[in-house]
Formats: sequence, structure tokens, C-alpha cells
Amino acid sequence: MFLYPRKYLRTIQLGIKSLMLHKMRSLLTMLGIIFGVSSVISMLAIGEGASYEAREAIKRLGSTNIIIESVKPPEDQDSSSEGNSFVLEYGLTYDDVLRVGTTVPAVKAVLPMRIIREDVQFASAKRQCRVIGTLPNYLQSQSEEMALGRFLTDNDLRYQDNVCVLSGRLAENLFPYQDPLNHAVKIRSHYYRVVGVLGQVPLRQREGTAAELDPRSWEHEVIIPLSTARSRFGENIIRRTSGSTSAERVQLHRIIVQMNGTEVVEEAAGAIQTLLNRFHKKRDYELTVPLRLLRQAEETKRIFNIVLGSIAAISLLVGGIGIMNIMLATVTERTREIGVRRALGARRRDIVVQFLVETVVLTIGGGIAGVALGVLIPTVVSHLRDIYTIVTPWSLIIAFGISALVGIVFGIYPAQRAANLDPIEALRHE
Amino acid sequence: MSGTPIVCLEDVVKTYVIGDVEVHALQGISLSIAEGDYVAIMGTSGSGKSTLLNLLGCLDRPTSGRYLLGGSDVSQMNDDQLSAIRNQRIGFVFQSYNLLQQLTVLENIEVPLIYQDCHPRKSRERALMLADRVSLNDRLHHRPRELSGGQQQRVAIARSLATDPLIILADEPTGNLDSKTEQEILDLIDQLNDEGKTIIMVTHDDHVAERAQRVVRLKDGVVDVIHETTSTRA
Repeated sequence: MFLYPRKYLRTIQLGIKSLMLHKMRSLLTMLGIIFGVSSVISMLAIGEGASYEAREAIKRLGSTNIIIESVKPPEDQDSSSEGNSFVLEYGLTYDDVLRVGTTVPAVKAVLPMRIIREDVQFASAKRQCRVIGTLPNYLQSQSEEMALGRFLTDNDLRYQDNVCVLSGRLAENLFPYQDPLNHAVKIRSHYYRVVGVLGQVPLRQREGTAAELDPRSWEHEVIIPLSTARSRFGENIIRRTSGSTSAERVQLHRIIVQMNGTEVVEEAAGAIQTLLNRFHKKRDYELTVPLRLLRQAEETKRIFNIVLGSIAAISLLVGGIGIMNIMLATVTERTREIGVRRALGARRRDIVVQFLVETVVLTIGGGIAGVALGVLIPTVVSHLRDIYTIVTPWSLIIAFGISALVGIVFGIYPAQRAANLDPIEALRHE
Repeated sequence: MSGTPIVCLEDVVKTYVIGDVEVHALQGISLSIAEGDYVAIMGTSGSGKSTLLNLLGCLDRPTSGRYLLGGSDVSQMNDDQLSAIRNQRIGFVFQSYNLLQQLTVLENIEVPLIYQDCHPRKSRERALMLADRVSLNDRLHHRPRELSGGQQQRVAIARSLATDPLIILADEPTGNLDSKTEQEILDLIDQLNDEGKTIIMVTHDDHVAERAQRVVRLKDGVVDVIHETTSTRA
């Protein structure tokens, strides 16, 4: 029998006919599956969207990177009593860069960065920016691209040139109507020639969860050669706050250590930590490993998926029980039909197949409608609220597959019951 | 009476166990029915009439004894084999027609053919032919509930002929019909018999039984008397 597809086709046609005999009942039965499947798909889509955003944000920090940042150490007696010199000295040093670069294995690049907050001015436009002094290989470590012009070069560094690269957003702000290349912007009292513009905010244009997670996506940035930064701004940063003056001496604000591959990141992070601890008495730095964050995000996602999976399983279970209930009622109602079919030559197997096909048609029909609704809901949600959603193909396949499986599992018992009816009894049934 | 016996019951016993009580429905029935025969089975309720019909229809197996249908011993067959036998060798006509409500006239006639894996085109051809045979060609795509009782019974008769069975088992085929329609249906059955079909009909109506060539009267699970009718038909 399994060799005859046309017989299957007939059985399916028959199943649909029998279901059409009670349209309302069939529809209501399907609803359980429709809502089960669609809620699974849309929940997964919303979850996937959220975790995608988080992962993208972390990825932009670079999964092979280790980020070390200078932090102001907690104020302790030591530093305040010590100070007839008002200058608080802390943070990462050029020596740290050298040490990390020479002692930690599998390091691809060590990127020192000075980050100073300054106003950047062109004509009458003025924006608060992060001025970053760094090396030419900064670009590769940031997975960003040039939109215009070029990035910094070794020559810029060697000659301490007054050149700069603008972030895309800043370029738009300062030069709304012009090509920014080769114009000079003013930072503090010096002018810098714009040689390049970085790509647009790569993740997404609008502000969302990911954008908030990563401050760089909303802050304006100007990138200048590290040597230039050193000579133009010096190492002292003087801040005047409400009558008192505080000064800090920080050599480097951030060091990005780029590793050869993700597999060495964890080990290297440990090594760097040990290395820095030896030379920094105070906790004046902070180590961030994006890969760790990424793993955490993935773990969170896994738990999220398990929770969703359980909810999905429960809702489909409920749908399945609903179907079984209806099918049992149907079998009782159609006992006579079963008797007649048996008398006319239907084998037990034929009866099983007939009722199973009906159940599967119900669940697959519900599954298809559920998939359609499940694709629609995230789209609507994305439009109404600022929530990013991704409908992954596998979630459709899984939801659909499970609904078909539910049909088979919950259809077998009623079908078996139908097949095992005594034909004589069944024929006599009113 | 002519032809070889196609139904042959040899000392058939059927005993039911209901709770602790044994019910001896049939207590040794021997009967032989030849091809082309027209037999009426009569008897009061409780005489074993329905049990005999169920056995003849291969819906049940005898407790002991042998039942040969068209040469094969049915009494030892399993469920699947019995299904196949019912499908190929027996045409059922029921008192309450027992058509499938979700199917049209044509589709109802085709049902036995579907269980034979008959090609759809062939089964459709055969169904059309049979619908024509019972003069329902203007009702082909109606559902049973849109038909009168007589029409429904004609569909049932067409269905019973679908697989060209050895015997037609009719269980009070006119029990639900008025006398005019009863005539129509009985005439149709007569015609089938004239064409060589073997008919076994259960009835409790004497004037219906009169149309048969032989009447088998059952009493308390045994054959009471078999008599030939003075059939008015040729």
C-alpha cells in the first residue's frame, strides 16, 4: 500500500472531505496548533532578534580582541596624602604596550590608544568628540571600513602630521553639504586635515538595544596619529570643576590586544592580567574580553531557547491533546462508517491510515496557518514597537515538523481505536 | 437449481461468551448454495439469523465447522484475509443503506474498488457503468442525504456490485422502504438474479421471501426447514 502514491492522494482527499463535513469543528481543532506554532515562531524570532543585536554589538568589539582600559583607581589615603603634587598619575603606559607585545604569545597586534574629549570645529559647526590617538592598524582591529579617503599611515605617525579621520556620523554633522576630504577641522588650537571618513555606523542606523550597548555607535569620533596626540595634547589632563582643579596624568587610555585566533584569547587574557598585576600596584586598569561576553550572550540565548522550547512543547502538547480529544469523539461518531468500510473490505491498516491522515491533515493545515501567522506576528511587532526580530528558517521547519509529529503521536491512539472496533458491533452502532 | 455450490457450510457452530454465560447462536448448520441461487433466510429474532449472516459475510468466524466460499476455507483466515475476501467476493446491501455521507453517489460506489487499489480511471468507469445499471445517472454527484430512500438503496446495490462479487448479501434491504419502492428494489434484485448473481437475503417478510427460489427457515440456531418456493418468476 505504501507503494501507491495515488492511494495516498485519495486518502488525503477523503480526509479533507471528512473534515469539511464539520468545518467549524475542524477549524477550532486547528486553532490549538495554529496558535502553538505561531507563538513558537514569533517568540523565537523576537528572541533571535534580541540576541543577534547583542552578539553583533559584542562582535564589533572584536572577538579576537582583549581590551584593556585605564580606570581611575579608587581614592585611597595613599594618593590623597601623598599629593602636594596635584597630578594623579595612573593607567596604562607605553611600557605596558611593549611588555604585552613582547611577552604574550600569539599576539597579532597591540594597539595603544589615547582618548581625549575635545570639541571639534569646522566653520561654525562644533561637536563634542572623542579624539583618539592611535596607530594605523587600528582600522583592522575595529572591523570598520573607510567610506572616503584613507586611514592614517606610518608616515603620518612618523612626522606627527596634523591629519585626522572622522567617524561617519561626525562627517555628516560637520560637513552636511560638502566633501570633507582635505578640509581642516579645529581641535583645541590646532588644525587637522581630514584625510578619510569611516564607514557609516555598520550595525543599524537606528538606536536600539545594541546601539546603547556600544557607546561608539552614538559618539562622534576623530582619529589622529598617536604621536600627534602626544605632542599636541601632552599627558596631563587638567579638569576644572567647581572651583577646584584636578589634574591627571594618563599615558594611554586604552590598549587593544589583538590575538591570532579566538582559541588563544582566554589564555592570553590570563597572561596579560598576571603581567599587568606585576607592574600596576593599584587597580588602575580593567580587562574586557569580548569573546567572554559573546559566550555569555550565547549561553543566555541557549537558556532562553530552552525556556521557549518548553513553552512551545507545552502549547503544542495542549494542542495535541485537543486534537486527540476531537478525534476520539469523531471515531465514536463515525463508528458506523468504520463498520461499513470494514464490511466493504477495508483492512485495519486502512482504517488506521484514514484516521491518521485526517489528524495529520488537521495538524499540517494548522501548521501551515501557524507558520504564516508566526511570520506575520514578528513583522507586525517590528513595525509597531522598536523590536528587532529575525524569523530563522529552522524555527519554521522545527515548528512545522513538531506540529506534524504532534498529529501523528496524538492521532495514533484514536486511529488504533477505530481500527480495532469489531465490524459487527460497528455496523450495529446507531 | 443449477451450477456448482459456491457457499458451503459444514456443521457450523457459533458460540458467544457473554460474561459467564455461553450463548449458542448457531448449533450446527449445514447449507450449500449454488451459483445463481436466490436464497431467503427467515426466522424469528433470536433464531441465529444475524449470526448466520455475519458468518456468511465473513465479518465473523465460526467457533467450529467449515465455511467454504468459492472454494476457499474462510473459517481459518485472519483479519486481513477476511477483509480481502469481503472486498472481492461479497457484496453487502444493508437495511439502512449505510452510504458514506461525505461522499457523492459515484464515490460511494467506488469505495470497495479503492480498497482494491483499483486505478482511479478504471474505478470511475465502473462506477459510472453501475450507476447507469441502477438508473441513477442523473444523481451522480449528489450526496446520500439529497436522495430518497429508494435511490439510496439503489446506490448501495450498485456499490455491492462494484467488485463483481460471488454473492450478494442483502440484510432486509426493503425494511426501511414503502411498498412501492420496495417493489422497485425487489425487482432490481430479481433482475440481478436473472443475470446470474447469487443472492442471499435475510427477511422476515413472507411475500418478500416468496421471490427467492429457496427459503431457509432458522429456529433456535439450526435449520428448521428449507423449502422451494413456487416462484412466480420465470
